[in-house]
Amino acid sequence: MTLLKVENLTLQFDTDEGRITCVDGVTFEVNAGEVLGVVGESGSGKSITAKSIMHLNPRNTVYGPDSHIKLSLEDGVIDVLSLKRERDMQVVRGGAVSMIFQEPMASFAPAITIGDQMVEQLMVHENISKKEAVKVSVEMLERVGISDASHRFKQYAFELSGGMRQRAMIAMALSTSPKLLIADEPTTALDVTIQAQVIDLMKDLVEDFGMGIIFITHDLGVIAQTADRVAVMYLGCIVEQGPVRDVIRDPAHPYTQGLLDALPKLDDLDSPLTPISGDIPSPLERPNGCVFHTRCSIAEPRCRQSVPKMTEFAENHFGACFVEAEKRGAV
Amino acid sequence: MSEKPIISARNLSVDFLISRGIISQDVYLRAIKSVSVDIPKGSFFGLVGESGSGKTTLGRAFLKAVPISDGEVHYNDGDVEFDLQDLQKEDLKEYRKRAQLIFQDPYAALSPRMTVRDIIAEPLEVMGITSSREETDERVREIAAKCRLNLEHLRRFPHAFSGGQRQRISIARALVSNPRFVVADESVAALDVSIQADILNLLKDLQSELDLTYLFISHDLSVVAHVCDHIAVMYLGQLVETAPTRALFDAPRHPYTKALLSAIPSLDPDQRGNIQKLEGEIPSPLNPPSGCKFHTRCPQVHDICRHEEPKLENAGTEHEVACLRWKELLTG
Repeated sequence: MTLLKVENLTLQFDTDEGRITCVDGVTFEVNAGEVLGVVGESGSGKSITAKSIMHLNPRNTVYGPDSHIKLSLEDGVIDVLSLKRERDMQVVRGGAVSMIFQEPMASFAPAITIGDQMVEQLMVHENISKKEAVKVSVEMLERVGISDASHRFKQYAFELSGGMRQRAMIAMALSTSPKLLIADEPTTALDVTIQAQVIDLMKDLVEDFGMGIIFITHDLGVIAQTADRVAVMYLGCIVEQGPVRDVIRDPAHPYTQGLLDALPKLDDLDSPLTPISGDIPSPLERPNGCVFHTRCSIAEPRCRQSVPKMTEFAENHFGACFVEAEKRGAV
Repeated sequence: MSEKPIISARNLSVDFLISRGIISQDVYLRAIKSVSVDIPKGSFFGLVGESGSGKTTLGRAFLKAVPISDGEVHYNDGDVEFDLQDLQKEDLKEYRKRAQLIFQDPYAALSPRMTVRDIIAEPLEVMGITSSREETDERVREIAAKCRLNLEHLRRFPHAFSGGQRQRISIARALVSNPRFVVADESVAALDVSIQADILNLLKDLQSELDLTYLFISHDLSVVAHVCDHIAVMYLGQLVETAPTRALFDAPRHPYTKALLSAIPSLDPDQRGNIQKLEGEIPSPLNPPSGCKFHTRCPQVHDICRHEEPKLENAGTEHEVACLRWKELLTG
């Protein structure tokens, strides 16, 4: 079942220096019970895309006229971008869609106990008494593997360790049983050992709750361990999308290949690390043609002039590259 | 080890005062406990561990940036020798030129109000290395070129640069005083993978060009594996294993090292779930466990580990491990 359909999402910011395009024609879907990994460098537009699903972008955001974010709920499909009033958005924010952020210390209010914050949001979204809300919250904390949950419930965010805070954040995000969970770099600030614990926990939760997850990260290793499908973003565009095995083993875009080559590999310590040459261009100077051509090692003259279309190279495996398309005979 | 160690530490301990007692005793936190290690000259020495393991503190102790509470640290680069325990003021000034630090976050490490030229030139002026402006400019241009920054860059302010370029500026600043020993504290952790590879390659190139010794502090074992020739693994203020990179990755001896290695997310989607998981988190150094510090999380814990403290012992060529049961565990 398709849970979320993002169609042709274009997003610009009105700034003093003019209108900046940050997301350009992004289209993807998330099904229930599926983990979609979104990977890309900083500045590629991953987070803004995720935030627009909850309508969380600042006021100077301009969405494209043909952009739609369709969310399937029990009582029909709603287009998140057409919601105007804050009150209408409550159905989406924290109700149907929850979000986990990178830095759990910054996401909890420092002067309110973890428990009070969990109870507060439960009472806003669900029609339950405070007593029930407390019970649900403590159960949720136990579910995510926090020992001595009723004690932790009364503590403040600074009293918990990094891993514990991220668990509490996940408990809070899941307590309203959302249909879709957006996890924005949820393990980046954690140690590898704790990261492994959190990844495990999230996999368990998908099985138990059957929700869809959008997992944003810059780490392809984490993607390989969690996602069913992957979308690779560069400068506001999805350049490749497909099942995780296909994308990692047979990348259909030079950018994905570049990311893989830059990654240190443990099974081959002698292989040199190959950086992608150059830096990600500023959004003020978006390249014409293929957005990646300024850093691409196989760029041809046509890449500078026209924008490559998303082409299906293999079943469900799409890439936007002229050269690759020709190589694979998929023109 | 043919080369003489540039840094040689014996039973080094670092304490931090937590609260001063009026009636009761002062409370200290032992951040580093009796660490003995040699950093060979010309090596790319990796130091890994979880956050809270004391990696940064150890790095700073080698730079004499935190007070050394106990033990000895010797510095010897072939030209000069220092005993870091008692450095006189003049010696300390000299040591600052020879030992430098590259920070983690290139966004926080550079003053937004100074041009790149001034940022790189500041150490030269503060340390009184150059006497004229021309000489300073000359040095700045030279090191900037080595760090792949062009003249145009020197006139600009840091905000105009991307993360990778900023890190190159930080590196240039650290290297401008022509140091021999450089501590790189999580210097690529804040960067994207594509740029991370570029900075790592730059550090490698500069090492051979300028004859540097690095202490490379990182939590990312896959990065350490690629650039370092020696690795020390830290847990709760102590070294639990040191070895040449290959030996450590081919045959890790300490259960903590094994757990760290298996926790690195594999790029192979079909290799999911066979992680040797580590339960719980690193204990507080204020209240460290008795016996082996790792026993609270160790999958191979025995009764003896709770009482007896393991010492670093020889487990192969240049390979040392601090585990009571490592020999037993070899046979399975």
